[in-house]
Amino acid sequence: MVTDTAILEAVGEVADPEVPVLTIADLGVLRGVRHEGDEVVVTITPTYSGCPAMDLIRHEVELTLQALQVDGRVETVLSPAWTTDWMSESGKAKLTEYGIAPPTGRRAVGGPVMLSLTVRCPLCGSPDTTELSHFGSTSCKSLWRCNSCREPFDHFKAL
Amino acid sequence: MSASLSDLFFYTLRLGDDALISAQRTAEWIAAAPQLEEDVALGNIGLDQLGQARSLLQYAGVVEGAGRSEDHLAYFRDEREFLNLQLCELPNGDFAHAMARLLYFATYQQLLYDELRSCDDEQLAGVAGKAVKEVAYHVDHATQWVLRLGDGTEESHRRMEQALDALWPYTAELFESDELVRRLAVAVDPSTLQDEWTRRVMAVIDESTCSRPSASYQHSGGRQGRHTEHLGYLLAELQHVARSHPGATW
Repeated sequence: MVTDTAILEAVGEVADPEVPVLTIADLGVLRGVRHEGDEVVVTITPTYSGCPAMDLIRHEVELTLQALQVDGRVETVLSPAWTTDWMSESGKAKLTEYGIAPPTGRRAVGGPVMLSLTVRCPLCGSPDTTELSHFGSTSCKSLWRCNSCREPFDHFKAL
Repeated sequence: MSASLSDLFFYTLRLGDDALISAQRTAEWIAAAPQLEEDVALGNIGLDQLGQARSLLQYAGVVEGAGRSEDHLAYFRDEREFLNLQLCELPNGDFAHAMARLLYFATYQQLLYDELRSCDDEQLAGVAGKAVKEVAYHVDHATQWVLRLGDGTEESHRRMEQALDALWPYTAELFESDELVRRLAVAVDPSTLQDEWTRRVMAVIDESTCSRPSASYQHSGGRQGRHTEHLGYLLAELQHVARSHPGATW
């Protein structure tokens, strides 16, 4: 009998196909595991409604369950909605090392004041950076440029 | 289906069709936007809308209980069975039109989803709670462009004003109330959103230095399946692969 903790640990190692340094546990995409009769149900939640990585993540979780010889399925839940607050501290550190600025504590839009915290350049650490576009190479990222080292970089935007 | 389930099915379909048809039009901009960053931005916005459409159509299929999947509903319904707003299906026009439409539509979606996320239907509330955060970025994106173009050069101002005007006759439909939304407890009556929508949209238009649009005639009919001539062409492109090769997977 495989324990829930062992299942969570194993499926939690599934990597995000678009940001491969992060696991779905780091991201907070993995929500939990429960039992329905003899079946194990692993729940995951998308970062964005249209995130195209979800199908692959679901498939890899299924493969992991098979490798554990666990009879189970994967369920996608939308509520409560994913937030970058669920990203682990180690996940944020891994992102910076990978060259992507991790989410700051505040969303760029939608608050009473449309002003976001500065985003530090993940390459040189300078806070003197400019947002080029709210939208980047994937749904979860925005596009920035560092005014100090002049390098462009991605920022995992707060949601 | 009982009467109330049928209401829920059609209501979910309305919201899903708005998102699907908008996603298709938005995606048409990819590789045609004025700059690379804008291709990426519109690609992302379209993808958010498509994600919302998938969740909603999938749920509509479950509610209907006739075994239709999200793909069935997207690919194998005819034009008159689509219940989207006419605003969503209009051809793209120039970039100013794209931003005018996004301002009108995303502001509407933002207010609607914000209400819907506290409704008693767990699925609809879940989709809305997720989408409302994404749509905030869409509104912001449209706002920035309307301000930049409206308060830009003589030519960009002229085009922005023209676009805001051209799409205005399709905005009253957003707020039309009918028997269905009044009967269905979980539905948001769109007429309750109009004042706040007008306030927000007019604030952006005023700041953009464009004049406020007005219209003597307002189009209507999308919620009843009556569409402009453009939807048929859009669906031909959207559906043709699925219909030419039914059951194909990849």
